[in-house]
Amino acid sequence: MALDASLAHRPAVVAAEPAATTETPVVRMVLIAAALAFLAFFLLLPLIVVFAEALRNGFEAYRSALTEPDTVSAIRLTLLVAAIAVPLNLVFGVAAAWAIAKFEFKGKAFLITLIDLPFSVSPVISGLVYVLLFGAGSVLGPWLKSHGIEILFAVPGIVLATIFVTFPFVARELIPLMQDQGTGDEEAALSLGASGWQTFRLVTLPNIRWGLLYGVLLCNARAMGEFGAVSVVSGHVRGLTNTMPLQVEILYNEYNFAASFAVASLLALLALLTLGLKSILEFRYGDHIAAAKKH
Amino acid sequence: MTATLAAAGWRPRKPSVIPGFGLTLGFTLAYLSLIVLIPLAGIVWRSAALGWPRFWAIATDERTLQALKVSFGTALVAALVNVVFGTIIAWVLVRYRFPGRRVIDAMVDLPFALPTAVAGIALTAIYAPNGWIGSLLTPLGIKIAFTPVGIVIALIFIGLPFVVRTVEPLIEEIDAEVEEAAATLGAKRLQTISRVLLPALAPAILTGFALAFARGVGEYGSVIFIAGNIPYVSEIAPLLIVIRLEEYDYAAATAIAAIMLALSFAMLLVINLIQAWSRRRFGHGA
Repeated sequence: MALDASLAHRPAVVAAEPAATTETPVVRMVLIAAALAFLAFFLLLPLIVVFAEALRNGFEAYRSALTEPDTVSAIRLTLLVAAIAVPLNLVFGVAAAWAIAKFEFKGKAFLITLIDLPFSVSPVISGLVYVLLFGAGSVLGPWLKSHGIEILFAVPGIVLATIFVTFPFVARELIPLMQDQGTGDEEAALSLGASGWQTFRLVTLPNIRWGLLYGVLLCNARAMGEFGAVSVVSGHVRGLTNTMPLQVEILYNEYNFAASFAVASLLALLALLTLGLKSILEFRYGDHIAAAKKH
Repeated sequence: MTATLAAAGWRPRKPSVIPGFGLTLGFTLAYLSLIVLIPLAGIVWRSAALGWPRFWAIATDERTLQALKVSFGTALVAALVNVVFGTIIAWVLVRYRFPGRRVIDAMVDLPFALPTAVAGIALTAIYAPNGWIGSLLTPLGIKIAFTPVGIVIALIFIGLPFVVRTVEPLIEEIDAEVEEAAATLGAKRLQTISRVLLPALAPAILTGFALAFARGVGEYGSVIFIAGNIPYVSEIAPLLIVIRLEEYDYAAATAIAAIMLALSFAMLLVINLIQAWSRRRFGHGA
């Protein structure tokens, strides 16, 4: 304990800056304590609660909660939705970044604003737009119904809503990165006789791979965890149109708290894994990631 | 010469040897229109179809007004709390060295990564009357969950990283010479902070505030569990949209959504203005 205290004090004492341009050790300690207390209270405690509540009835109950058929199908649906939504937004992100970063054209700033749009829309509204587009009262609704195509309250609607809310992630990571890298490498490859596709695959892609991975990581975390938008379009059919976050809600509303927190703990693990990988990417490949610390 | 310059200025894009402009821009615009623009335009179109008297009646309905008031009020309080603690946390993480700093820095992004429903049930388990902290507060007569205070707690969780991550890079960029100059000229540390450092950080703090506020207004998943959702008291606007949808009252859902969209685009405009102003004033974006 005494050792801990001395370790915590040391940086303040060793600091080489003159006292006039930094705070006194007492003020430092108070600020650090305030920051840590706030973070422990608001961030760490909820995380601990998730795992503690999930394991409240023992590991056996935890395991059986996670192997319950409706929960298994929710996990499967979440993986399926992410497996469709993330690659589509990846292709879009690369295409958008290529057009925006490698060329100069009018209206570019406006296009970037439009790409960011889904981030400033409430998740509920992100779901509502598809209800209005495909629902019973819409222009498309009756036509879809007469042709037996189910979008709303079915998997396609969930995928669409997920694509909407995760739309900007890859693009907004790649655009600043590719703008920084300029067009020199590609011009050199082209002048040496490479085709456009070869240039992209052998020159551009290696340059942006870590940034791309970073964007995909954040996109995937949101795709698997989205609640509001998916809740509006899902219809909440157990075993059919429930994703993991929706399963958390249903179990919780049935007062099946331990099972609800068990599913939630899987999502929390995903969040921790995402944060861990993200930190590794920022730490090791910070120069190859544009949005490090800025998203 | 003048003619060629003028011609170049009028051309929609500069010539380039790099291929794929038409393909990538075409795909970008098509995908953007199909996924985002056309569906969003549907909200505008459907609320316009309501007609002004009907729209106004929904907008000024007592329950709608209360829900908007709860959403904006709680988001405002949470954003203000986040401005104070977010700035302190950013300062501590950039300026001080202490064990575990890197892990704590990574932890700040937890609200970005943790699904909102998970945060919602966890916060409820903490602050409910029989919860981890709630059970300690109940004997004192303090109620957090199922009141607007609970909503504020959830929105503090959701909004914190926006302030920390906008302020952090600017603190890193502060030139040490500025602080040295202030100290040499006889400023006390507190004067340096309040007169020199805080004004330079103001645009970033404002941007972080606006981002946290905008996110808080639209937040749904983390709030509905802890709010109690009592109409006129702790019912947020996004939840009212869901309730109207479940009643098949598409008109009311659309109108409330249109009001929220208009307000959040106004926020977006304000954020852009702050950043443009900050670039002019300080030579860098917030």
